[in-house]
Amino acid sequence: MSAVTTDAPTSTAPVVTARGLTRHYEVGGGLFGKPKVVRALSDLDFELTPGRTLAVVGESGCGKSTLARVVTLIEEPTRGEMSISGTKATPDAWKSLRSKVQIVFQDPYGSLNPRQRIGQILMEPLLINRPKMPQSEREEKAREMLRLVGLRPEHFDRYPHMFSGGQRQRIAIGRALMLEPEVLVLDEPVSALDVSIQSSVLNLLIDLQERMQLAYLFISHDLSVVRHVADEVKVMYLGRAVETGPKDMIFDNPQHPYTKALLSATPRADPEAAKERIKLEGELPSPLAVPPGCAFAPRCWKAQDKCRAARPLLDGATQKSACFFPEGEGKPSAEAPES
Amino acid sequence: MDHALSKEVETQVEQRPGRLREFWFYFRENRGAVFGFWVFVVFVIIAATAPWIAPHDPTQQFREFALIPPVWQEGGNWTFPLGTDPLGRDMLSRLLNGARYSFFVGIVVVVVAASGGILLGLLAGFSPKWLDALIMRLMDIILAFPSLLLALVLVAILGPSLTNAMIAIAIVLQPHYVRLTRASVIGELGKDYVTSARVAGAGLWRLMFVTVLPNCLAPIIVQAALSFSTAILDAAALGFLGMGAQPPTPEWGTMLAEAREFILRAWWVVTLPGLAILVTVLAINLMGDGLRDALDPKLKRS
Repeated sequence: MSAVTTDAPTSTAPVVTARGLTRHYEVGGGLFGKPKVVRALSDLDFELTPGRTLAVVGESGCGKSTLARVVTLIEEPTRGEMSISGTKATPDAWKSLRSKVQIVFQDPYGSLNPRQRIGQILMEPLLINRPKMPQSEREEKAREMLRLVGLRPEHFDRYPHMFSGGQRQRIAIGRALMLEPEVLVLDEPVSALDVSIQSSVLNLLIDLQERMQLAYLFISHDLSVVRHVADEVKVMYLGRAVETGPKDMIFDNPQHPYTKALLSATPRADPEAAKERIKLEGELPSPLAVPPGCAFAPRCWKAQDKCRAARPLLDGATQKSACFFPEGEGKPSAEAPES
Repeated sequence: MDHALSKEVETQVEQRPGRLREFWFYFRENRGAVFGFWVFVVFVIIAATAPWIAPHDPTQQFREFALIPPVWQEGGNWTFPLGTDPLGRDMLSRLLNGARYSFFVGIVVVVVAASGGILLGLLAGFSPKWLDALIMRLMDIILAFPSLLLALVLVAILGPSLTNAMIAIAIVLQPHYVRLTRASVIGELGKDYVTSARVAGAGLWRLMFVTVLPNCLAPIIVQAALSFSTAILDAAALGFLGMGAQPPTPEWGTMLAEAREFILRAWWVVTLPGLAILVTVLAINLMGDGLRDALDPKLKRS
């Protein structure tokens, strides 16, 4: 890895590179009807770098979880390409890439098999992917992992129902790390937990990231959590990135009106601070019928005719946003070509 | 903080009874179920020990003692406590041995129907839409027939014998298992632990039998208990119609059929096998109900 040092700011080469990642679903149709297309994810570009966290934020239905499914190789992208440590992630290569990307789910109660003991849960990935490894070594690794995620050795023989939500999430994290992956997708890993437990799980994640140089794709709708863990932030709306950039820039100087609205909705523990709360009108449009032009235009207080006619492209230098009339000192976006 | 957490779990674990204890706790709530359970235990013991506890050979004919009434009625004697049938065979011995056949029928039918049904149900739950639809419509067709009628047709094709009756009943009972398994499989497939097994690289077989199936078993166990009694009842019905076990087998349904012309003259030849069927089936049904309540997580209070 000598070429890496020339890449000054990020210090390491990206482990996952995605270009124009798109995932559409066909739904309904029945026997005679024409199936409709849900545009869950459109033209997403991103990179994941070892030791760094990319946070994806947005309200429900914006394609966050679809992104998680595509990155963890559960679903094939409709268009666009993704490569994981230099290998193109096509379905043929899935099997060999499996152990490089693992996932931690939101719900700690549904993500552990209730009929398996913790030891079995931790050893299963090894059993599947390294069948030649002797049982004793597998067990040793599982016990080691139990210690690493902050659980005690006697938990090895217990069933998931004997644990609290936070501990289950630790087990889920441990299972994801058993195969020594390079990328960990965290699909709202703390949003089902108590606030007091959230911070301990987040700190565990940060600690593990430093120790194992993991690249995190952190999916969340909780901006205070994102502020705590993220290096880069990507704001999504209806399957498209509307703003992306380093965490501090996004939080201090949001350019897209949607980002600004999201930030204004985060509760702050400072009663003195002036509150300028932006209330968005209406609902998230159905992804079955994405409005032409800027998808956010129907709910935007700055929307003009141009917004409804053409779609703004995501541009900018380090902080990119997709808006014709950006907030702050952002530069207006160019129009996207008709698609 | 971690330490405090683990401590909290420790106390929780101590309070939590083992799975079997917990099961018994909920099962005990239902008195009928407990009654059914003990009757079933007695039934199993009788079936296991019939040749040794029966006073006579069930097929031996004591010609001079034909149609002797039970002991408490006038003319009865202690050699034949429950009387004899028209051919002079001891009713008690025949009933005790009949329990063996019923138990055998129940076990074989449930094993065959459940294993076939679970396999098909798993397959339907995991397979693409067209195969799923094909399997389920096939099962719907089987379900659309009155079950006894279909069993009768199958026995008519295969030829009357106890083995063929069992096969026919197993085929008739199978769709229930397929439906049940498929429904649970589809419910479980959406859960995150299945997805994480996929992400870990689990193959289809592993996903089916190791990950998903153990979590679908509770309703299937209940169905197995309930169809045990259905199998006994259907076997008796087929025996009564002359399509099941053939004489001189002391199968309860066959015994009923053989004796029906004496229903007015000698009530015990008809009533006793009928009672045996009634009590067994009732006990197993009660037990099955209790089993369902005890295994259904939605009915748990804690």
